[in-house]
Amino acid sequence: MPSSTPDWAALRADFPILDQQVHGHPLVYLDNAATSQKPRAVLGTLRHYYERDNANVHRGIHELSNRATNAFEAARECAAKFINARSSEEIIFTRGTTEGINLVANAWGGKFLKAGDVILLTEMEHHSNIVPWQLLAERSGAKLRYVPITGDEGLLDLAKLDSLLTHEVKLLALTHISNTLGTVNPVAELCAKARTLGIVSLVDAAQSVGHLPVDVQAIGCDFLAFSGHKICGPTGIGVLYARAERLADMPPYQGGGEMIVTVDFHKTTYKQAAHRFEAGTPNISGAIGLHAAMDYLDAAGRDKIFAHDQALAQYAYERLVEFRNIRIFGPKTGRAGLVSFLLKDVHAHDLVTVADQYGVALRGGHHCNQPLMKKLGVESTARASFYFYNTKSEVDRFIEVLQEIQKFFGA
Amino acid sequence: MNDDLTDLYQEVILEHAKSPRNFKVLPDANRVAHGTNPLCGDNYIVYLVMDGDVVRDASFQGSGCAISKASASLLTSTIKGKTRAEVEALFGKVHDMVTTGHADESLGKLAAFAGVHKFPARVKCAILSWHAAKAAVAGDVAPVSTE
Repeated sequence: MPSSTPDWAALRADFPILDQQVHGHPLVYLDNAATSQKPRAVLGTLRHYYERDNANVHRGIHELSNRATNAFEAARECAAKFINARSSEEIIFTRGTTEGINLVANAWGGKFLKAGDVILLTEMEHHSNIVPWQLLAERSGAKLRYVPITGDEGLLDLAKLDSLLTHEVKLLALTHISNTLGTVNPVAELCAKARTLGIVSLVDAAQSVGHLPVDVQAIGCDFLAFSGHKICGPTGIGVLYARAERLADMPPYQGGGEMIVTVDFHKTTYKQAAHRFEAGTPNISGAIGLHAAMDYLDAAGRDKIFAHDQALAQYAYERLVEFRNIRIFGPKTGRAGLVSFLLKDVHAHDLVTVADQYGVALRGGHHCNQPLMKKLGVESTARASFYFYNTKSEVDRFIEVLQEIQKFFGA
Repeated sequence: MNDDLTDLYQEVILEHAKSPRNFKVLPDANRVAHGTNPLCGDNYIVYLVMDGDVVRDASFQGSGCAISKASASLLTSTIKGKTRAEVEALFGKVHDMVTTGHADESLGKLAAFAGVHKFPARVKCAILSWHAAKAAVAGDVAPVSTE
């Protein structure tokens, strides 16, 4: 990992989309928790793949198929290193975090969870880490239980953990970083605790893996899912890490080509993991583009990126605290690179509509966190989320626009 | 504030959003319809007292953005005394206005919502309570949704 501070301005210049006017103002893109922008390195890789190497993978004999296969499998190797998996056989390509979690709920949960078992989630989970478990609970008779959060500050109430970790709990599934609160959860500590109790663990790393170094062996989880598009890669590609022991006795997720050894009219034998879980022609270009994104991030250094994101979020938080009639969500210190807030008497959607007219892209809504919104007693929040290409002056611009908005609505 | 924004957030809209009219439960309502926009969490209940085919009284409760709240406020003010057919005709004109920007002369104060058409993401906010009112006058009590 490089030790010197990256040249952030040079990195920003790698993102052609950021250099444009929106509604007559320079674009200030602060919706990175929804999706990140893509650097030229990724765009160029996709272009090169389709212009030079495109072919179907794995069974081809010809040159282009060999190139495509090699590049696709190199992406798997890269993903394994990116999260320090023991082997690339623990890396399954998916469409994204959501499909990764659904895969675990169907293949692992479908086989191992029974009526009376408990799935332990947290109140800050994204819908993608709630709904697949609700569907599984309906099928299996398992029940859901939630680790509560501590009000607006949005930390997990760990004092309650021991009483929740009863012997019925078979799975702990939680997010590494909350997409609404910016809370960084102590996943290694929680997964270690789960493991000593024989509880399988899953980490939703959608908001973390592109922002800070993630090591699945240090975390000690059984499963970890993330998406490519939030970490400078293309949409429609993601990774599910699954510990080898879990994969060994997991039945297939979907059936089809690519995942079989032999197929007879009435009986099929399946490939070993990870290919057993990748039915059909995969998202080849997506995986190759993701490879370029992961290389790009690690060339900058994810430890540096996290420090940069955190500094911007902390600065934004300090500026927001100065507003009157504001409610800010998430931890006061140590937050990840985002901040959610509400201005009294200004609905988040009105705020975001007006900010957009000033070229500032924010998000307003429930952020796929409806249960969390209910817990906080709000319908929605406005959110600014940062990445390494954002600057302090963009935070200043965001604050200036917010002051205008508060004035306009007389709030 | 640019012109599009001042068109969207006209004085009358901001004023109704801040001090919504008919913002209460009607205890003797005989038609109640629920409108939600799952995308943004806007959530309104429209209460009507109908005498045969005529809306005698109208009110609403719920929460949402300035556009949706002002729309519900002006809606409930406008439809009092109107027949089901008149409410349905008005729905058509409002729908046309918020999608095209063309405001029929008969819309009166409701013409304040013409600016919404330049903000496609906000059309649903303006039309939400109208969907609920249309369902209510028709006696259709199933919740309506903009999705």
